[in-house]
Amino acid sequence: MTLPRGVRAALLLGALALALVPLSGDRFWVQFVAKLMIGCLFAVSLDLLVGYAGLVSLAHSAFFGLSAYLLAALSNGLGLLSAFVTLPLCIAFAALAALAVGWLTLRTSGVYFVMVTLAFTQMLYYLFGESPALGGSDGVYIAQRPRLAILGRTVVDLGDPTVAYAAIWLALVLCFVLLWAIVRAPFGRVLIAIRVNEPRMRTLGYRTRRYKLGAFVLGGALAGLAGYLDATLYGFVNPAQFGWRQSGLVLVTVLLGGKGTLYGPAIGAALLALLEHFAERATEHWNAVVGAAVIAVVLFLPRGVAGLLEGHRA
Amino acid sequence: MTLPLLLLQLLNGVEYGLLLFLVASGLTLIFGVLGVLNFAHGSFYMLGAYLAYWLGERTGSLAAAVAIGVPLMFAVGFVVERLAISRLYGRDHLSQLLLTYGLVLLFNELQRALFGNDVHGVPTPRALAFGLPLGELQAWPAYRAFTCVACLAVAAATRHVLLRTRFGMRVRAGAVNPEIVEALGIDVRRLLSILFSAGTALAALAGILAAPLTTAYPGMGEGVLIVSFVVVVIGGIGSVKGAFFGALLVGLADTLGKVLFPGVSSAMVYAVMAAVLLWRPRGLFGQPAEAR
Repeated sequence: MTLPRGVRAALLLGALALALVPLSGDRFWVQFVAKLMIGCLFAVSLDLLVGYAGLVSLAHSAFFGLSAYLLAALSNGLGLLSAFVTLPLCIAFAALAALAVGWLTLRTSGVYFVMVTLAFTQMLYYLFGESPALGGSDGVYIAQRPRLAILGRTVVDLGDPTVAYAAIWLALVLCFVLLWAIVRAPFGRVLIAIRVNEPRMRTLGYRTRRYKLGAFVLGGALAGLAGYLDATLYGFVNPAQFGWRQSGLVLVTVLLGGKGTLYGPAIGAALLALLEHFAERATEHWNAVVGAAVIAVVLFLPRGVAGLLEGHRA
Repeated sequence: MTLPLLLLQLLNGVEYGLLLFLVASGLTLIFGVLGVLNFAHGSFYMLGAYLAYWLGERTGSLAAAVAIGVPLMFAVGFVVERLAISRLYGRDHLSQLLLTYGLVLLFNELQRALFGNDVHGVPTPRALAFGLPLGELQAWPAYRAFTCVACLAVAAATRHVLLRTRFGMRVRAGAVNPEIVEALGIDVRRLLSILFSAGTALAALAGILAAPLTTAYPGMGEGVLIVSFVVVVIGGIGSVKGAFFGALLVGLADTLGKVLFPGVSSAMVYAVMAAVLLWRPRGLFGQPAEAR
C-alpha cells in the first residue's frame, strides 16, 4: 500500500498547484476548480467504503444532501451563520444519518446492500422533492453564507469565492491526510481484511459489522463535509443532489480513478469534471460521451487510471 | 372513502404491480442466472414506451407496436449482451454496475436525440376505450383490465417455460451451477444470450403496454428501474416467484399509499421494503447466503 514514488511527488505538486489557482484571478476557473475539489473530497470519502471496506454504497449522496439541506435550514430558518456552529452540526447530522442508515442496511450484504442503499437515497430524493416544506423540486437558496466571527468581528467570510476556495482546499488536503492515516492504521487494515475475507475475520473474533458501520459513518460524515462546502460555495441546495444519478456518478468517479488507492478517485473526479466541461462545449449530447468513456474504462481499464500509473502490480 | 373507490384503487394497484412484474422478472432472472446487476433494464422499458409512441403513430395500432417492437427489442438485447454484458461474466458487481450505468447514459441520450425532451402521449386502442362499471359512479378503464390479463398471460407463459420446458430446466440449472451445465455439453453462452434478450423483450413489452397509461417521457426508465430493484429485493434476488409477489405488494403499497398517505406516498414503497428486509434480510423467497 505504498504510493509509487512518482505519484507521491505528483500529489504534492498537484496540491500546490491547486493552492495557486486563485492567483489567476479568473472567477470562472476558481469556481470550477473549487467544485472539482469538492468532487475529489466526495469521491475520496466514498473510496474508504468501496475500495477499502468493500461496501458498494449508493447512499453516499444522501449524506452529502442532508448536510447541505441542514445548512440551509440553520442559516435561513434559525439565522445561525457562524461556521463554528453550523459545520459541526451538519457533519454530526450526516454522521448520525449514516449511523441509522448503516445500522439498517449493513444487515444485508453484496447486491442487496447496493440495492437497499439505492432505495434509501431514492426515498430521500422523493421526500425532499415532493414536500413543499422542504423546498420541493426547486430546492432552497441560502441567503447568507456561513462565516467565522471572533468577538463580533467577521474574520472569515465564506461568501467570498476566494475564501471559500481556500477553505475547500484545506478541507480536501486534511481529509486526504486523515483517510491516508486511517487506511494505514489497524482500523483500515481490518477493513481491508473484511473486504477480502469476512468470514475469516469473524472467526478471528472481529466484530466485522461494527467495523463496517464505523467506516460507513466516517465516510458519511466526510460526505456531509463535502455537502456543506458545496452548499456554501453555491448558496443553493436541490433534491437532485440526492438522486441516484449523483450516487451513481460518484461511484463512477471512484472506479474511473481506481478504487482502493485514495488518490485514484481524486484523479477520477478531476478527469470527469474536465471531460464534462469540454464535452459539454463540443456537443449537446455530452452525456453520451461520458457514458462511452465509462464503458471504455470498465472494458479496458479494470483498475482505473490508477491502474495505469501503478503498472501491472496486482 | 367509498367501497367502489377503494376497489378501484386496489385494481389499479394490481395492474401496476403486474406491469412491474414484467420488468422485475427479467431483472431478477438476469441477476440470478447471469449474475449481472443490470441498471440498463429500465432503459429497455423506456425504449419500449417510445417505440409504442413511434410505431403507434406510423401504424395506428398498438398491436402492431407490440408485434414489431418486442422482436426488435429482443434483437437489441441480443446485441447489447454480445457486445457489452458478456464481457462482464465473472467480474465483480461494481464493474457491471458501472458498465450498465454507462449504457443508461447512452440510451438516455439516444432517446433525447431521437425523440427530444417532450412528453409523448400514446392513444388507448379504440376497441378498449371504454369503462367497466364499478358500483354506480365509478368505472375502471377496459385498457387497464386488458393490461392485467395480458401481464397474467405473460407471467403464466414465463412460469411454463421455466418449469416445464427443456430451456427452462437449463436456465434453472445454469442459475445453480453453470460449470456443470457447461460440462454436460450445453452451450451456456447461447443460453445466457437468449435469456438476456428475453428479459429485454419483457421489459420493452411492459413499456409498450404502459405507454397509453403513463405516456412516454424522459427519465421514465430510471423510475421503473429503481422500483423494480425494490421488487426484486423484497421478493429475493433470483426468484421469479418472489418477483411476482413483490411486484403485487409494491403495486398495492404505492397505489394505496397515494390514497391513504398522500404527502409521503413515494416513500411508502421504500418503507415496505425496509420492513421486509428487517424481517427477512434476503427477501421473501431469497436463498440463504451459503446456497449462492
